[in-house]
Amino acid sequence: MIPGAFDYHRPRDIGDVLALLAEHGDDARVIAGGHSLVPMMKLRVAEVPHLIDLQDVESLRGIGIENGCVTIGAMVTQHELVNDAMLFEVAPILREAALQIADPQVRYMGTIGGNVANGDPGNDMPGVLQCLDAQLVLRGPDGEREVAARDFYEAAFTTMRHDSEILTEIRFGIPKGGSAYEKQKRKIGDYATAAAAVVLAREGNLCSAASIAMTNLSDTPVWSATAAEALVGSMVDDAAISKSVDCMLNDIDPVEDNRGSIAFKRHVAGIILGRAIKRAWNGAEGRQT
Amino acid sequence: MTSKVAMKLNVNGEAHEILAEPRELLIHALREQLDLTGPHVGCETSHCGACTIIMNGMSVKSCTLFAVQAQGAEITTIEGIGNPDDLHVLQEKFSEHHGLQCGFCTPGMITRAAVFLEENPDPTEEEIRFGMAGNICRCTGYQNIVKSILAAAADIQAAKEAAQ
Amino acid sequence: MNEIIQDKEIRAANLKGLGCSRRRVEDARFTQGKGNYIDDIKLPGMLYGDFVRSPFAHARVKSINTDAAMALDGVVAVLTAKDLEPLSLHWMPTLAGDKQMVLADGKVLFQGQEVAFVVANDRYVAADAVELIEVEYEELPVIVDPFEAMKSDVVLREDIADQKEGAHGARKHHNHIFFWEAGDETATDQAIEASDIVAEETVYYHRTHPCPLETCGSIASMDKVNGKLTLWGTFQAPHVVRTVASLLSGIEEHNIRVISPDIGGGFGNKVGVYPGYVCSIVASIVTGKPVKWVEDRMENLMSTAFARDYWMKGRISATREGKITGLHCHVTANHGAFDSCADPTKYPAGFMSVCTGSYDIPVAYLGVDGVYTNRAPGGVAYRCSFRVTEAVYFIERMIEVLAIELNMDSAELRRINFIRKEQFPYRSALGWEYDSGDYHTAWDRALKTVGYEDLRREQAERLESFRLGKTRSLMGIGLSFFTEIVGAGPVKNCDILGMGMFDSCEIRVHPTGSAIARLGTINQGQGHATTFAQIMASETGIPADSITIEEGDTDTAPYGLGTYGSRSTPVAGAAMAMAGRKIRAKAQMIAAYLLEVHDDDVDFDIDRFVVKGAPERFKTMKEIAFAAYNQAIPGLEPGLEAVSYYDPPNMTYPFGAYVCVMDIDVDTGVADIRRFFALDDCGTRINPMIIEGQVHGGLTEALAVAMGQELAYDDMGNVKTGTLMDFFLPTAWETPNYETDHTVTPSPHHPIGAKGVGESPHVGGVPCLSNAVQDAFRPFGLRHADMPHDHWRIWKMASELELHG
Repeated sequence: MIPGAFDYHRPRDIGDVLALLAEHGDDARVIAGGHSLVPMMKLRVAEVPHLIDLQDVESLRGIGIENGCVTIGAMVTQHELVNDAMLFEVAPILREAALQIADPQVRYMGTIGGNVANGDPGNDMPGVLQCLDAQLVLRGPDGEREVAARDFYEAAFTTMRHDSEILTEIRFGIPKGGSAYEKQKRKIGDYATAAAAVVLAREGNLCSAASIAMTNLSDTPVWSATAAEALVGSMVDDAAISKSVDCMLNDIDPVEDNRGSIAFKRHVAGIILGRAIKRAWNGAEGRQT
Repeated sequence: MTSKVAMKLNVNGEAHEILAEPRELLIHALREQLDLTGPHVGCETSHCGACTIIMNGMSVKSCTLFAVQAQGAEITTIEGIGNPDDLHVLQEKFSEHHGLQCGFCTPGMITRAAVFLEENPDPTEEEIRFGMAGNICRCTGYQNIVKSILAAAADIQAAKEAAQ
Repeated sequence: MNEIIQDKEIRAANLKGLGCSRRRVEDARFTQGKGNYIDDIKLPGMLYGDFVRSPFAHARVKSINTDAAMALDGVVAVLTAKDLEPLSLHWMPTLAGDKQMVLADGKVLFQGQEVAFVVANDRYVAADAVELIEVEYEELPVIVDPFEAMKSDVVLREDIADQKEGAHGARKHHNHIFFWEAGDETATDQAIEASDIVAEETVYYHRTHPCPLETCGSIASMDKVNGKLTLWGTFQAPHVVRTVASLLSGIEEHNIRVISPDIGGGFGNKVGVYPGYVCSIVASIVTGKPVKWVEDRMENLMSTAFARDYWMKGRISATREGKITGLHCHVTANHGAFDSCADPTKYPAGFMSVCTGSYDIPVAYLGVDGVYTNRAPGGVAYRCSFRVTEAVYFIERMIEVLAIELNMDSAELRRINFIRKEQFPYRSALGWEYDSGDYHTAWDRALKTVGYEDLRREQAERLESFRLGKTRSLMGIGLSFFTEIVGAGPVKNCDILGMGMFDSCEIRVHPTGSAIARLGTINQGQGHATTFAQIMASETGIPADSITIEEGDTDTAPYGLGTYGSRSTPVAGAAMAMAGRKIRAKAQMIAAYLLEVHDDDVDFDIDRFVVKGAPERFKTMKEIAFAAYNQAIPGLEPGLEAVSYYDPPNMTYPFGAYVCVMDIDVDTGVADIRRFFALDDCGTRINPMIIEGQVHGGLTEALAVAMGQELAYDDMGNVKTGTLMDFFLPTAWETPNYETDHTVTPSPHHPIGAKGVGESPHVGGVPCLSNAVQDAFRPFGLRHADMPHDHWRIWKMASELELHG
């Protein structure tokens, strides 16, 4: 598996990145950790005449937590997400999800930006960020704009990002309550057979707010508003969970592949969502709003 | 073919200057240009870890990196982990506990385990299994690899305590 | 007195002979990154080969345009079938008596088939050139199913469409390869019909692949000045490769040197001869330069040597008390596009006829139909001996199905039917002579160790909780008892391409008392350099640390048939012992001469010969070796060397008892292996540490195959599992800890009583794991479900049994 030839660019700031993108248009791709892109290039599925390496763009790095808001640079690696103690404090779901991505070596290289931006429905972070109602910050020739993670994904490998833009940062408010990321996979390194990201807030015995997103069960991540609504105001008992699962099942649209049939995936999606809700609800008890 | 890029790599403590086509994979630069054939190509899709090396303190899969991405990097391969007169404790323990058979995965296993133990010097068996999950072995069934790493960790701990 | 014993113990310990967990001498180079695998070898001026492969499973090749590739800077040559035809190398003979295209000759028959071979000065350029070759295909109907193939009008192998006779007798259909049978069908049918209880089941053992971590590769270097061809490669049988290369190329065998360097795992994948090897040889002859070919992982999975793909239809009968009365098996074997199975010539279905297993079955019959389809060729013994894995899986499933029919515990059913200790040597209904065994002891010990009764009680409690809705987890207890048949084999009935399956050892003892021994086998991780030296140490009294073991270079090693089918210890290990005994015999004469006594008046004692009744008078092997070179001993030639070519009188029959406990999540299909206990009896144990390592590894490959590993095809013949994302190789995370144990029942015919162990855990592990999964669902009416038991298929079992509400 040998990739085709390309020109390599290693700009130091975003302006230079954007200039290269403007110059080469469709012929250019940015590379962060490269662990999705490089295998595709080696299989010659992706042809990339101009490769723009983002590793020297310092402004894309760093995790900030201020005024109830979390900002994560696009070049922050999964390894950094796992090991950032402050981030774990305010949004433990990111560590939980990051640990479910690939394997240790890949997590040193793989970035949140790459995971979010390439639009692979198998990636885990898009669902997590939809669950957190994150905003994705895009920089292009006309400046900066924010797109909600919930609006970003149009189809497999197709997103709201224009070819002339790059993802620079991810922002979200510190989630309230408990959270869980449940992922069923065949083995380490696999994409999800089904995965569920859940954040639940609790007031007394009742659920005061909820957010639910599913991974690899459609050609985009699926944020299910109705599944969340089914829990809000409930005691998150079996009946409410069952209703939430039913709502989620209306929103997903899995396809058959080596991981299993549609019926299997739908069944597993329901099971793991139920488990994620229960775990998030238990977690919410200790993090009452 | 695109023109070659002049590159500087610091590998196993030695500075190297090489020319590489941008598409040249780091594993090929190490194996073919620097004759460091310890890291191996196993799966080519970043699943097996046979190509694992240490780059700037991180365990990485050198078959899924272009050499140019490693411009200026500090690299350690299995050849730089220890030497015949001064073996790394992992090299000792893998042999003592039969943590290898055909040997093809071993360089990747040991270089990964070295970084793992730096980050987690006193691991449980479960942590080792999770921390080593980026490396596939077809021969050993992992049980003796886990044992080797546990033994290495114990040795490192004992040495630290003795030093204190 | 005590002092002498002490001394003996020290001397025995220094010897590092049989039975000690000697540390491996191979480890130093592997742990330091100094292994020397095929892709590590770099020769001056070396060129690189790469294949254009077919994207289609069945298509006519209309044209191949190589102009653009040839125009690419750095491309030296492009070979197609047309270029190989004048050399008669566009096809090659297979080990199974068929022939196989080296490069597509008019059509392609499986996805990934070799179409053209590019040779360039750099592997990157070669890959670019592959992209530039334009091949025009006309798609043909694809058949991936063997039953469909036997009905279809579509002729897959047009080259032999009119041949009514194949290598193994009459062909029934244009897509049929052979029919092979063993046993008495009439008597079997009669016995089954007359029985109280009959159980029938079709058991499919899915197609998979050995997938060693290192792929296959070769480097050919034709020295036109001296007329010598050197071929390095990932060969499990280097001498056979030399003979084949000579027959194919016409180069005399003495002018060919084949070298197997370090091999990164084989597991059967590296037994066969592949088009890449042939193309690298031709390319080197054409260009006059060394040519390297190393396949990538996708190529490895798609084109080199699959395993299994057996449809096994069985009938087993018994009395009401559970005594088995007969076994009938018919196999439909999907061999893919060419019959490239690696089996001894007379056994086109390998040793499948060992399918009566560990049981005293009075009458049995096996019939096997081999069929062509549009899948890749191969059919190797993946960590097993020639279809033994299939045979053991079949009988261990049939036992379970029969137990269901009898409403009996399958542990008890096994016990009732085991061949008894006093029946050995035991002749099976299908003609094998089992050398030795003590199955009841092994079985009882295994069941006792795991607390079988308690496990069954716990399982019943879990089941009750499940039925009450308190848990969604079921418990499965997997049992298997296997008997392997390894160490092929007696030359009278086992050969590969006419070469009898003996093996060999040559020993040279140096004047200072150290030695080198060379064997016809080749290590792929088994630790031969460590264990063969242990055998020799015990036989000769030369410490293992003073013995170098060499294999894999046909210019230096004696002719041997190589390493696969757990044959190294049973055959080459025996040759080692026999050659060692020759050394010892001569040493005895030298010692007697030096001690001035009669030959019969000295005894061998660990590392020396001692005068009978005078323990203070002795000569050490070190002294004897020196004398062999510096003294003129009447009646003896100088030197101390020996050669043995060992033709085993029989195969060896290792066995084992395995138990596995699983917790199965009915809703997700996730199976958690809570416990795995493996008791192996491989006869005399050479190195317990290495045996345990082999068991762990074999069990993990069993885990892979049983629980998810599959070489899957869609209806168009596309490989669906071509990378390690989808082809399941477990990591440390998915692999449990194993408990191991052993009994020792030496082989009566092997010089040291050893039987071989490398493949046992795979052979026994697969049915054990599969039985565990299926046992969990037995209370709900499951009879049989095919592997692999991945999450989806386990869930499907539960779903079909209506366990999802």
